[in-house]
Amino acid sequence: MASESWLTQFPEMERADLVAIRKALDGAYRDFSRSYGEVIEAVFDPLLYFLVWFEKLLLSSPWWVVLTVVVGLVYGASRSWKLSLGVVASFLAIGYFGMWENTMRTMSIITVCTLLSIAIGIPVGIWMARSNRARSIITPILDIMQTMPAFVYLIPVVMLLGIGKVPGVIAVVIYAIPPVIRLTDLGIRLVDKEVLEAAAAYGATPWQRLWSVQLPLAMPTIMAGINQTIMMALAMVVIASMIGVKGLGQPVLKSITNQYFTMGLFNGLAIVALAIMFDRVSQAYARRTQRHLGGAQNA
Amino acid sequence: MLEPQIRIEGLYKVFGDRAQSVMPMVKQGRSKDEILAETGHAVGLNDINLTINKGEIFVVMGLSGSGKSTLIRHFNRLIDPTAGRIMVDDVDVVELNAKELNQFRRQRMSMVFQNFGLMPHRTVLENVAYGLAVQGVDKVTRRDKASQWLDTVGLAGYGQQYPSQLSGGQQQRVGLARALCTDADILLMDEAFSALDPLIRSEMQDQLIELQGRLHKTIIFITHDLDEALRIGDRIAILKDGKLSQVGRPEEILLNPADDYVEAFVRDVNRARVLTAEVVMKPPALRLTTENLDEALKQMRGWKEDYAYVFYEDKYQGVVTQEAVEEACALSDATAPTLHDMAEEGPTVQPDTVLQDALPITLESEYPVPVVSESGEYSGTLSKRDMAEILAHSNVKSEDKSAEDIAAE
Repeated sequence: MASESWLTQFPEMERADLVAIRKALDGAYRDFSRSYGEVIEAVFDPLLYFLVWFEKLLLSSPWWVVLTVVVGLVYGASRSWKLSLGVVASFLAIGYFGMWENTMRTMSIITVCTLLSIAIGIPVGIWMARSNRARSIITPILDIMQTMPAFVYLIPVVMLLGIGKVPGVIAVVIYAIPPVIRLTDLGIRLVDKEVLEAAAAYGATPWQRLWSVQLPLAMPTIMAGINQTIMMALAMVVIASMIGVKGLGQPVLKSITNQYFTMGLFNGLAIVALAIMFDRVSQAYARRTQRHLGGAQNA
Repeated sequence: MLEPQIRIEGLYKVFGDRAQSVMPMVKQGRSKDEILAETGHAVGLNDINLTINKGEIFVVMGLSGSGKSTLIRHFNRLIDPTAGRIMVDDVDVVELNAKELNQFRRQRMSMVFQNFGLMPHRTVLENVAYGLAVQGVDKVTRRDKASQWLDTVGLAGYGQQYPSQLSGGQQQRVGLARALCTDADILLMDEAFSALDPLIRSEMQDQLIELQGRLHKTIIFITHDLDEALRIGDRIAILKDGKLSQVGRPEEILLNPADDYVEAFVRDVNRARVLTAEVVMKPPALRLTTENLDEALKQMRGWKEDYAYVFYEDKYQGVVTQEAVEEACALSDATAPTLHDMAEEGPTVQPDTVLQDALPITLESEYPVPVVSESGEYSGTLSKRDMAEILAHSNVKSEDKSAEDIAAE
């Protein structure tokens, strides 16, 4: 009889055992977060101060100052009047529809997340490109980061750090960092072998080779990675709002729970507008600085 | 004059994870294919021994897969050998640690690449100055020196362009300027001209020969093109399946191929464009060493031929016939012309004239043409028959082959 049940029913472990395992893991993690939570929070304090400072800066400056600075940056990066005018129009519309403050909050967190992702992602990508062993270890971790539902890793982060900006940033960075790591690795591996050999043949040290050849030649690919990272960070804004990150995500969340269609649509459109701005500006910047590389590929 | 600068001794390269464990098989003389099938390791170089002299252009020739690119990358250790020594002057390159190796690459050797290996994100001037930048030379010195070399290769005014804005030939000139800019005395050229179209290629070859005439670098040049090898090489090494088939001067390779492989290569070469007068000429003969007509006649009667070459104060004057000398002897001393009055001003060729250019001169001349250097030194004679023999040789062989082929069918 026993064999029959083994054939028709999957041989599961005892329910009691499963509960014991869950209890043990949850308990262990709870103990861990209780005893080390404060230390770990302290580690992230500088990040928190910076986040708060940057958000305050954007919110307390008069709207026309922020707009001028943003348009200045856009024009400096893209050298395109069309794009700059588009940015002005978008921001004016956002402000007119009463979403200025939330947009500033979202911009501040996206900027910090992007900078953090670049600061961590590029060195990790370089490391991956140099060592096949590092690559074989990091690749599955990146796979997990990209496919694991965001809600699942929000749980331990919140358990450890509570609700607020820092856990929000951590969640966004975990979700958004894989593209910049992967594409840094790919970009460096795709660098023309002969150019690299040339640098070596003239006695360049590994460090000189990295700075004078590998990074500049990988830059178009790395820029594509940064672009993707920004897009993913913006997409994560709504989910991050569930753990107390203020910004455009919160009204969206409110609209979902209360079925406010128009409110959701407006805030959603504001996120889209931000995404398009970041995307076009970073791409225009990449194109402008790498124009002479394009010619080489045609020749 | 010939001072060895680079010595390669017992150089082996096996590609694979456990290269050392495969070495005994290689040394037993097992074939490349056998070793690959049995162990999955590829034999790149097999017992290479070479001596390269200071100031010569040493060409390594082979088809793709022969290991020539692998070989040139051992000189500056872009590839590490499995066994063997690479001595440059008194330095064993194989023994250098990372820091010493970088120093060695900066000062002793520079390299030119098949696809130029230029950095697309740097201007032409920055590319040329790259070697100096790596060494930490200051910006002003770097710029001055780089633009000076850019002038030398004929690209003055292109400094601010990017490589992608230049044609292939111009890009390789940048590659050459970059190599010269570090003042390294050894130049490695890996199929440097192979990616260029034929007209530009021969232009670049001329430029290289012209530059070498001034700079006297030791150049190691890799090519798959025998015509190029014969044209620029002082000596040529022929590589097959990672082994050296033959090393020698161009005419040695051409006239005495060491094995069937080399012979197959050499068969289709246009000898008239490669061989020079001094290779084909017969030793000097029929030289009149006297001014006295009677003695001259006596000398000439002793020779089989009825003509002789007249020299005056060691300068070639022309040809006289025995008949003319006899007639002159019959005249009274006062009216008799001197030997060099009688000498018919005839054509000469220089020792380094290629047969292609010497051929019309020899054909038009009634007598074998004397080979006389620029300083007037008489080094031999070039006859129609000698030339015909040398030039016909290769063709006769290939005709024999085709006759055999037809017979076989």
